[in-house]
Amino acid sequence: MRNGALSESPAVRRTLIALAVGFLALFLVLPLAAVFAEALRRGVDLFLAAFTEPDTQAAIGLTLLVAAIAVPLNLLFGISAAWAVAKFEFPGKSLLVTLIDLPFSVSPVVSGLVFVLLFGAKGLLGPLIDDWDFKIIFAVPGIVLATIFVTFPFIARELIPLMQEQGTAEEEAALTLGASGLRTFLTVTLPNVRWALLYGVLLCNARAMGEFGAVSVVSGHIRGLTNTMPLHVEILYNEYNFVAAFAVASLLAGLALVTLVAKSFLERRYGDQLARAHRH
Amino acid sequence: MSDAALRGGTPPGVRWRLRGLSRGFPKPSALPGFGITFGFAITYLSLIVLIPLAVLVARAADLGLDGIWRVATTPRVLAALEVSFFISAAAALVNAVFGTIVAWVLVRYDFPGKRLLDAAVDLPFALPTAVAGIALAALYATNGWIGSLFAPFDIKIAFTPLGILVALIFIGLPFVVRTVQPVLQDLDRDVEEASATLGATRAQTVLRVVLPALAPALLTGVAMAFARAVGEYGSVIFIAGNMPFVSEIAPLLIVTRLEEFDYAGAAAIATIMLALAFVTLLAINALQSFSRRRFGHA
Repeated sequence: MRNGALSESPAVRRTLIALAVGFLALFLVLPLAAVFAEALRRGVDLFLAAFTEPDTQAAIGLTLLVAAIAVPLNLLFGISAAWAVAKFEFPGKSLLVTLIDLPFSVSPVVSGLVFVLLFGAKGLLGPLIDDWDFKIIFAVPGIVLATIFVTFPFIARELIPLMQEQGTAEEEAALTLGASGLRTFLTVTLPNVRWALLYGVLLCNARAMGEFGAVSVVSGHIRGLTNTMPLHVEILYNEYNFVAAFAVASLLAGLALVTLVAKSFLERRYGDQLARAHRH
Repeated sequence: MSDAALRGGTPPGVRWRLRGLSRGFPKPSALPGFGITFGFAITYLSLIVLIPLAVLVARAADLGLDGIWRVATTPRVLAALEVSFFISAAAALVNAVFGTIVAWVLVRYDFPGKRLLDAAVDLPFALPTAVAGIALAALYATNGWIGSLFAPFDIKIAFTPLGILVALIFIGLPFVVRTVQPVLQDLDRDVEEASATLGATRAQTVLRVVLPALAPALLTGVAMAFARAVGEYGSVIFIAGNMPFVSEIAPLLIVTRLEEFDYAGAAAIATIMLALAFVTLLAINALQSFSRRRFGHA
């Protein structure tokens, strides 16, 4: 199509490509490169030494623990919500779908704040919890709750549109042939949505491990006890221990890269089995 | 549940259909499992999201509208809300321009490295905000790779409101690109050909045929980027400098209030931000339904 009225002139084309590439390089690629450059600034030995710190190891452990609780719970919720919403008709359905997306429009700080207002020392249930000698705020349960809140919609919003699109015909056929409800779900529905499920879990996990604002509000920043990796990055950074801060950050950046690669692989290879929004 | 159902007399489908008929909720269906999945979803949603948010609103309601107004109009809160609001709007505008260019280039042109670039657009979604924050601070500080280029001109970026702008551009970009891109992809090339046949220059076609069709998606993306930017915390606090009245954002002020155990003050600012987010959400929904009616896609 060399017609000048149907496409841009080569000069315009080149300028636009240069603008887009330059903008993305400046705002996306350089920050990512900076993380690794700063982490390795004083050599590999100091970079590796950062991970032998007990506090760093505790932060990594806590981050893994929190994700290991939050992701499966949200997975269970995502499947339940998607089954109810996509396979049945009931009044108030669109309200339910809107409410599921609600945590995405709440500031991370507010997401943490609501749990402080609920369980904090001066919170609604604070005195009650004090009597039980059980801590939620400034302890691991609060971190888990805040993480579940911010990652709440990820899996549900991948499954709902896809399962709605797929309809109920295949499940009805399986039931007619005598399969139980659970068997129908495991052998008919689940294989149909497995890549979307994985896609949702990937995004949910990335956010669960990387969440900063909400977790920061409820954590209390107790080293070795309530410090997740992103919070540990902040502490190290504020102590001017830049190499260690960027070393831990590089681990999180690595996680982000793996997530991106896996995500775009799923979009390219199994795009037709994902929610419509991710099909290229 | 399934084993019992298998062994029991009534097949699950029939049982659920009967129950569905008797209640009318849900509408009759042959599929089982509505009760347990719906029940679990609603309970979990209430416990994790709805009740905690209701507690926040109740806490703010204790103050009353005039109480919230009094908190909102104290100079420091007002300044923080202004910083959050205006810099978020500026970042959304920058992303409107460059996000559209990026989406255009990714959809319409072929060049080496395009797929890589396409995947990189989602980086701000995947990169933890604290990591983005310290990386941007390191880059844009006066001794950083980018900051040192501006230092000779006496322009400071990190630890000034400009730094906040940089961070908010970073986190908002994918929202604009990812809402404009699919619409541009589905856009019918016929209308561009028609426009060209009728004698329009390429610039006229782009400005008066293509851009108007993109406008609803673009506005939606900008609104989403704006909403995200107003609430953003992690990537901003490292690069902002956090000076009250200059570069202190509203979410940071909530954290400060909490550290002073001023729960009511924190709840009041949070409620104002929640209201702002709600209004933006309504605007986005209105835009999307308008877009669906007008162009057949959101």
